[in-house]
Amino acid sequence: MSNDLRRCFSWERRDTLCERKSFTNQSKQGFRHHGVITLCRKHRPLDLLGNLQYLATLDMESVVAAVDCSWPVPSICMVSREKGDDNPANAHHCRCRGSQETTASLSGSRNLGFHGEWTLVFDEEPGVQKALEVLAACRADLHSLPVSAHLGLFSQSSPSSPEPASLPAEDVTANSNGPKPAEVVLEDDREDLFAEATEEVSLDSPEREPVLSSEPSPAVTPVTPTALIAPRIESKSMSAPVIFDRSREEIEEEANGDIFDIEIGVSDPEKVGDGMNAYMAYRVTTKTSLSMFSKSEFSVKRRFSDFLGLHSKLASKYLHVGYIVPPAPEKSIVGMTKVKVGKEDSSSTEFVEKRRAALERYLQRTVKHPTLLQDPDLRQFLESSELPRAVNTQALSGAGILRMVTKAADAVNKMTIKMNESDAWFEEKQQQFENLDQQLRKLHASVEALVCHRKELSANTAAFAKSAAMLGNSEDHTALSRALSQLAEVEEKIDQLHQEQAFADFYMFSELLSDYIRLIAAVKGVFDHRMKCWQKWEDAQITLLKKRETEAKMMVANKPDKIQQAKNEIREWEAKVQQGERDFEQISKTIRKEVGRFEKERVKDFKTVIIKYLESLVQTQQQLIKYWEAFLPEAKAIA
Amino acid sequence: MMEGLDDGPDFLSEEDRGLKAINVDLQSDAALQVDISDALSERDKVKFTVHTKSSLPNFKQNEFSVVRQHEEFIWLHDSFVENEDYAGYIIPPAPPRPDFDASREKLQKLGEGEGSMTKEEFTKMKQELEAEYLAIFKKTVAMHEVFLCRVAAHPILRKDLNFHVFLEYNQDLSVRGKNKKEKLEDFFKNMVKSADGVIVSGVKDVDDFFEHERTFLLEYHNRVKDASAKSDKMTRSHKSAADDYNRIGSSLYALGTQDSTDICKFFLKVSELFDKTRKIEARVSADEDLKLSDLLKYYLRESQAAKDLLYRRSRSLVDYENANKALDKARAKNKDVLQAETSQQLCCQKFEKISESAKQELIDFKTRRVAAFRKNLVELAELELKHAKGNLQLLQNCLAVLNGDT
Repeated sequence: MSNDLRRCFSWERRDTLCERKSFTNQSKQGFRHHGVITLCRKHRPLDLLGNLQYLATLDMESVVAAVDCSWPVPSICMVSREKGDDNPANAHHCRCRGSQETTASLSGSRNLGFHGEWTLVFDEEPGVQKALEVLAACRADLHSLPVSAHLGLFSQSSPSSPEPASLPAEDVTANSNGPKPAEVVLEDDREDLFAEATEEVSLDSPEREPVLSSEPSPAVTPVTPTALIAPRIESKSMSAPVIFDRSREEIEEEANGDIFDIEIGVSDPEKVGDGMNAYMAYRVTTKTSLSMFSKSEFSVKRRFSDFLGLHSKLASKYLHVGYIVPPAPEKSIVGMTKVKVGKEDSSSTEFVEKRRAALERYLQRTVKHPTLLQDPDLRQFLESSELPRAVNTQALSGAGILRMVTKAADAVNKMTIKMNESDAWFEEKQQQFENLDQQLRKLHASVEALVCHRKELSANTAAFAKSAAMLGNSEDHTALSRALSQLAEVEEKIDQLHQEQAFADFYMFSELLSDYIRLIAAVKGVFDHRMKCWQKWEDAQITLLKKRETEAKMMVANKPDKIQQAKNEIREWEAKVQQGERDFEQISKTIRKEVGRFEKERVKDFKTVIIKYLESLVQTQQQLIKYWEAFLPEAKAIA
Repeated sequence: MMEGLDDGPDFLSEEDRGLKAINVDLQSDAALQVDISDALSERDKVKFTVHTKSSLPNFKQNEFSVVRQHEEFIWLHDSFVENEDYAGYIIPPAPPRPDFDASREKLQKLGEGEGSMTKEEFTKMKQELEAEYLAIFKKTVAMHEVFLCRVAAHPILRKDLNFHVFLEYNQDLSVRGKNKKEKLEDFFKNMVKSADGVIVSGVKDVDDFFEHERTFLLEYHNRVKDASAKSDKMTRSHKSAADDYNRIGSSLYALGTQDSTDICKFFLKVSELFDKTRKIEARVSADEDLKLSDLLKYYLRESQAAKDLLYRRSRSLVDYENANKALDKARAKNKDVLQAETSQQLCCQKFEKISESAKQELIDFKTRRVAAFRKNLVELAELELKHAKGNLQLLQNCLAVLNGDT
C-alpha cells in the first residue's frame, strides 16, 4: 500500500484565482492531468484546502501524494458525491464523483449510501504522519467512522445568473480528529456569497437519505443525463424547451425565409414616480398576424429592468445551448440618475430617446429569431399586462456584484481551457469574429468622433450665424448688410441641417455599430459555451480512461468483486462520454446554424441601415443646394 | 525640407492663381503690376520671389524679380506707417507672419506614431498633413501678395521710394527682425496710442462724415473680429468632421477587405464613397476658410488700418485745436505770436490734408469692401453649390450601385 501512497502525481496549477474559486464552482477545470506541481508553502490554508479538495475529487492517490510532499496541511477535504448524481447544473460537482468512487473502491465497500457531497475534514494540523494514518484508516473502513453530518447550503442569490445557483455540501466530520465544519474555514472568506443558509443536519446513518435528497435546493434536483445541456431553467417552465426540442428543427426550417409578420414599437417614454425610485416606463406595441398571439395588436407598459429581465431569462435558457441571444441595452447609472433627478434638459431627453430606440431595436432583433419568438417568457413580456418584477437587474446590488465576480471567474476559466480545435470552420469563424469585433470598434470610435465633431460644427455654425447677423447690422452699405443678414439665415438653416445629420450619424450609423459590437460579444459567448461543453466531454473521457486503468489493475490483482464494480463504472462513464459527445455535436450544429443566420442578418442589417444613412446624407446635400441657390442671387445683388 | 514641397514649382499654378487679390478688388493697372511668382520654404523662413512688371520711368527695366522675406514686407509696411506724409491714407495692413509650426508639429507627431498605424493609414495621414501644410503655405503667399498689390494699386503709395527699392533692389535689404528693446518700445507706443485714442475719441468731431465713420468703424471692427473668430471655428470643426470621414473610410476599407460575407464589396464601395466625400468636405472647409474666414480676417486688419487713419486725423484735429488755443494765448500775451501762428497754420494744413485724403480713402475703403464681399460671397455660394452638387452626385451614384447590388 505504501508504494501506492507514495506514487507521486504531478499536477498543474494554472492560476491562483482558480484556486480561490475552487469552493464555488468550475475552477477545478483549471487543473489538468499533466504538468507540474505548483502547490507550495506560500498557499494560504484555504487555498490549499481547496486544492486538496480538488485533488481528492479526482483521485485518492493524489491526496496522499499531496500529504507525502510534506506540506503543512491544516486540513484535508475529500469531497465526494453519490454515484449517479448527475446534476447538470453543477458541472464541477460531477467531477467530484471520482473521489467517492475511488474511496469506495479502496475501502472495499460499494455503496456508501450517502447523497450529495461528502467532505472529510481533518481539522487539526495532523502532520504528515497523522494524515497518512487517517487516510489509511478511512481507506480501511470509511464506513465505520463515527460521523456527524453537516449540511451547508451555499447559494448564490442570483437566479438569473446562468451559473449554477447553489452548491450543496455535506460534510462528514471525523469526530476523532476534531469535528469542525468546513464552513468555518470557508466563512471568513466567503460569507458574503454563502451566507444564505447553513443548516446542521445530523446524519448518522444511510437511512436519512430520502430526507436529504428532497432538500429543496435546485442544484441537487436529479436530472437525467439526457438533459445535460438542455436549457437550464426553473422547474416551472421546464417543460417548454423540451417541447421545442422536438419542433425546433421544423420551426427553423419554416423560418428559413425569416419572415415573421410581427412589428414591435417602443414609444411614449414616461417617468413614473419621483426621486431615486423613479423609473421610465415605455409602451411596447406589437402588431402581428401570427396565430400564437391572441390579438393582432396589443400594447403593454414595460420598464427598463423588465427588458433586462427578459434578456436574462432568454439568455439563461438559450445561450448555453448555442443560440445567439440578442443582448439588451446597457444600463447607464449616470444617464438614469439625470433623468431621475428630473432635470428637463436636452441631455436627459436625448438619453431617454437613445434608450427608447435601443430598446426598440433590441425587441425587434429578439422577435426576429425564430426560436426566441416561440419562447413563453417573450410572449408574456409582449402580451401580459402584469409582469413579475424583474429582480437582481440593478447594477449596484449584491447580485450585480456577484454577476461581476462570476463574469471574472468565467473569463479566467476561459483562459485556462485549452481547446485543441479540431473543426476548421469554428477556428476560422472565431478568428473572423475577433477581427470583425476589432474593426467595428475602430469604426465605431470614428463614427462617434464624427457625431461629436458634427455637433461641434453645428454649434459653431450657429455662433457664426449670429455673428454674421450682427456684422450685417453694423454694415452701412445697404445691399451688403442685407446680404450678410441673408448669409446669417442660411447659416442658421445649415446649423439645423448639421444637427439633423449628427442625429442621423448617431441613430443610424453609430448605434448600428454599437449594437453589433454587443451582438458579437453574444456570438463569442456561444463559442465559449461550446468550449465548456467540449471541456466536459473531455473530462468524462479522462475519467473513463482512469476507470479502465483501475479495472486493469484489478484484473492483475485478481479481485473479482472489484472488477465487477469497475466494469459498472466504466459503463456509466462510457454513457457520459457519449452524452458529452452528443452535446458537443449538438451545440456545434446549433452554433453553425445560428452563426449562419446571424451573418445573414448582419449583412441585411448593415446594407439597409447604411443605405438609409446615405440617403440621409443625400437629403442633407439637397437641402444645402437649396439654401445656397437661394443665397446666390442675394450675393449677386450686392452692388 | 518639407517633402510636401517637392512638387513645389507648380504649387502656385492653375486654380490657385485665382487666390490673388481675392480680398481687394483692384483695378489692374498696366503701369505697375506686382505678383509673387514663386515661394520657397526654408526651415523657418519663407522666401518670396516678387515679380514686377512696370512701364514707370523710375525702374531700370520693364520686368524684374527679387527675393524677399517676410521681415522685409514688415519693414516696408512700417516705413509707410512711420512716414508722416502718409498719415492721411489707410496703410495696407501688413501680412501676418507665416506660421507653419502647428502643421510641422503634426507632421512630426505623425512620424512618431508611425509604428502604431497601418501603412495605408500612415500614407493617408501624411498626404492629409502635407495638403494642410501646402494650403497654409499658399495662403501665406497670397496674403503677402495682396499686400503688395494693394500698395501697387494705391495712387500715392505706389510712388514710394522704399517700395521701389523693395521691388527692384536685387539684394538682401538686410532688415532684421525687431529686437527685444524695439519690441518693448513698440508695446509702449501702442499703449500710449490706445490711451491717447481714448482721449482723442472724446473729442466731438466737427465733421458729420467723420463722426459717422468713426462710430461705424468702431462697431464694425469689433463685429468683424467676432465674425472672423467664429467663422474660423466653424471651418475648423468642418475640417475635423472631414477628417473623421477619412477615418471612417479606412475603417470601412479594412472591414471590406476582411469580411467573409458578400457584404465586403458593399463595404469597399461605401469606403470609396467616404474617401471621395471626404475630399469634397475638406474642400468645402478649405473654401469656406478662403472665401469667408480670410475675407473677414483681412477686413479685420483693414478696418484696423482705417481706424488708425481716423485716429491720426483725430490726433491732428486735437493738435490743431491745441495750436489754436496756444495762438489765442500768445495773442493775448502778445508773445511768440509768429511762432504760434506758424505752428497753428502747420497743424491746420496737416489736419486739412489728412481730412481731405482720409475722406477719399474711407470712401474707397467702403467701395473696396463691398466689392470684395460681393465677389467672395458669390464665389462662396458658387463653390458651396458646386461641392454640394458634387457630393450629391457621388452619393446618388453610390446609392444606385448599392441598390443595384442588393
